[in-house]
Amino acid sequence: MTATMDPAAKQTSPRLDSKVPQGDITNLWENHKFSMNLVNPNNKRKFSVIVVGTGLAGASAAATLAELGYKVKAFTFHDSPRRAHSIAAQGGINGAKNYQNDGDSVYRLFYDTVKGGDYRSREANVHRLAEVSVNIIDQATAQGVPFARDYGGLLDNRSFGGAQVSRTFYARGQTGQQLLLGAYSALNRQIENGGVEMHNRKEMLDLVTKDGETAGIITRDLLTGEVESHSAHAVVLATGGYGNVYYLSTNAMMCNATAAWRAHRKGAFFANPCYTQIHPTCIPASADHQSKLTLMSESLRNDGRIWVPTAFDDNRLAADIPEGERDYYLERKYPAFGNLVPRDVASRNAKTVVDEGRGVGPLKNGVFLDFADAIARDGMETIKAKYGNLFDIYANITGEDPYQRPMRIYPATHYTMGGLWVDYHLMTTIPGTYAIGEANFSDHGANRLGASALMQGLADGYFVLPYTIGDHLAGKLGDAPVPTTDPVFQAAEAEVADRTNQWLSINGTESPEHYHRELGKIVWERIGMARDENGLQKAQDEIVSLEEEFKKNVRVMGDNTSMNTELEKVGRVADFFELAKLKARDALVRNESCGGHFRVESQTEEGEALRDDENFKHVAAWEWNGEGVDQTKHEEQLDFEYVKLSQRSYK
Amino acid sequence: MSETTINVTLEVWRQNGPADKGHFETYEARDISTDSSFLEMLDIVNEQLIKEEKVPVTFESDCREGICGTCSLMINGQAHGPNKGQATCQLHMRTFKNGDHITIEPFRAASFPVIKDLAISRAALDSIQHAGGYITVSTGSAPDANLTPVPKEAADVAMDAAACIGCGACVAACPNSAAQLFTSAKINHLNLLPQGQSERWKRVEAMVDTMEDFFGTCTNHGECHEACPKEISLDFIAFMNRDYVKAKIKNRKLAGQK
Repeated sequence: MTATMDPAAKQTSPRLDSKVPQGDITNLWENHKFSMNLVNPNNKRKFSVIVVGTGLAGASAAATLAELGYKVKAFTFHDSPRRAHSIAAQGGINGAKNYQNDGDSVYRLFYDTVKGGDYRSREANVHRLAEVSVNIIDQATAQGVPFARDYGGLLDNRSFGGAQVSRTFYARGQTGQQLLLGAYSALNRQIENGGVEMHNRKEMLDLVTKDGETAGIITRDLLTGEVESHSAHAVVLATGGYGNVYYLSTNAMMCNATAAWRAHRKGAFFANPCYTQIHPTCIPASADHQSKLTLMSESLRNDGRIWVPTAFDDNRLAADIPEGERDYYLERKYPAFGNLVPRDVASRNAKTVVDEGRGVGPLKNGVFLDFADAIARDGMETIKAKYGNLFDIYANITGEDPYQRPMRIYPATHYTMGGLWVDYHLMTTIPGTYAIGEANFSDHGANRLGASALMQGLADGYFVLPYTIGDHLAGKLGDAPVPTTDPVFQAAEAEVADRTNQWLSINGTESPEHYHRELGKIVWERIGMARDENGLQKAQDEIVSLEEEFKKNVRVMGDNTSMNTELEKVGRVADFFELAKLKARDALVRNESCGGHFRVESQTEEGEALRDDENFKHVAAWEWNGEGVDQTKHEEQLDFEYVKLSQRSYK
Repeated sequence: MSETTINVTLEVWRQNGPADKGHFETYEARDISTDSSFLEMLDIVNEQLIKEEKVPVTFESDCREGICGTCSLMINGQAHGPNKGQATCQLHMRTFKNGDHITIEPFRAASFPVIKDLAISRAALDSIQHAGGYITVSTGSAPDANLTPVPKEAADVAMDAAACIGCGACVAACPNSAAQLFTSAKINHLNLLPQGQSERWKRVEAMVDTMEDFFGTCTNHGECHEACPKEISLDFIAFMNRDYVKAKIKNRKLAGQK
């Protein structure tokens, strides 16, 4: 790939109009809201909108659009909207309220997010996100989200993920659950009053377009296998990220990329698939049967000290290793930040010591996170009060008591910053199809800050999309949606039915789970925490040959007329194969390190990620060209007018 | 942690669809690491069944960290298994001994029809939520979050109620298949907060009445609390009953003023 060498390539592709308005960033969104077209309240009921996914982004969007008067159909493959994986977020949600009087502001949250994203996000989007963050806190509180409070009854905040201000709102260790229950309650109100037609246990298996514009979606009923068409004026994809391409991740078992990937195949460009956040503090895998990994809150690094033995292949218990034979490698290498270096730096350093053969635990696949000093300093009761529930989770999973011996942790895939390319209106390259929440690529650049995922999902759903979608729909007044009897729907239905049935007829020898696990090993090994040219080229070959075997040799038991989780799974794994290929390619052509994307060839003398702003200060958005043909890369050049480009340093 | 393996014998409920009568089948789970979770043990059994060209056991799970409420299962007659305060996905095989016989059934209640094998429908719980499980506040109309102080104690108790994951273990454990613990958790989460006061009486009446359309009557066994993975307090049922009685008067009075 030499496109980046060509000076002409430094222009934004004409296919990627970001629609970012001109002007001063501090009132860009305010002014833009005024300039967008509105739909008259009486006309809103004439427009139908499909929302796929009911996590924070989807539930908040569906509820808000229905409140405005649009006819909304919402879809989830779960049995209830409240099961979406947003529910598992622990830490908190950022909001630039400055309730703590510690110097926070919309501008500071904007600045921190652009810098934390290692200068690979769009400034205008990020500023808007910081602006509406304050409205989200108001909205959630009014819904009854039981955020933590101090004794005067006002909201409490904490500092999170190394931020220098306390701007994180939280509800014990269950902030995601409580915010999702809030969005779900707003959705319930609309289901009850008829504003939202809710479809549970239906999975979107294709996007339908007509003459390049959005027509609707094809779903499969997970209880009966029935394939159905649904048409609308607009489709909103709120279907989450692609972290399960690694097989083992902190994502839920059913999280998948199928809806986004099917939209990609219908013309939506897929942006920055190489950007993945690897979270440094997860419980290491215990054996091959491991089905998922569990995150331990990042807050543990405030008091825990991370170390490994200085000796290789040391089999002693932690307590038997004297102080002089321990390597507190983060404190040694980064004296200023110590154990609180950003997520990507902490993760990479853990990988380095484990690869050296200094890992701990039965599989030598972790590092110690030790609270002995904190307990000696603050007392057992204080540590118990701060982290008791996390210690209990750890003890339950590992069978070890973290009060008596250090925890073992290791990084795991947690969040994906890449996703469907969207413009300032959150519209994909298919007119009428939108992507919100983790499903889009927009706000986190190459690395997401802690407590910002919940913020972005709700910002998109409550406060951005409801405005921008009207600008598109206003121009469609009088147009009926494409009827589901149209040949485009008939053809798409037939294709989905064929694809589904075909899996049942292969009758090979290995389960979909087997191939998912094997794919995950390749992606983790080659496109994980450190990537290099040789490995990425190998990854491409290995994925292709495994995919060929998968298509010939997968065994899907059961039928297509009743609940069949194997049949659900196989289609998702097939799409992960295609996504993994693009991910490897994106990682290969982005020959720089930035945020969560670390190319071994591009590092400073001290081993830190080294950006190449000259050649890669862009979004890479990939265009589908059909089966068996490579995608075309398009670039959106990024400008940094407000946050000055600088090299991150944590020494 | 020294890894050991055990062999267990499973009696698993198989039911090929809602209309099927259903029956138990016996499976041997061999060389199961005591570090694996209960659901990972079932994954291994399913992989084995697929190898033998048999249809794997259908069961549901998603987050596998005890928060989404998707997993269920009666394990040796106990909802979510023997350990207190845990969902099935948090149960590990170190709880069992080599040679144990384990019976695995779906959550059973008239309003939780079996879909297939161990998977059930809990749609009735959603219906209760639709009836009033919200505070009416359209997006954009919220005042500043610190305008209304909420006493810390009230916020904390509301959070205790809001911790409910909607798994339905309370219903499955109840001899009457009553849903009082779930419904009271949902009602009290909102009714205990200042924000929830405007709709307090309407909410409790609508949600309790909807609950009674689907579920049995509470006779104070307390099995629900014992089975609850979030250990939701029985006090919430008392709060709900008090509010329900009051609501019958308050709502009538309001109606009389129309």
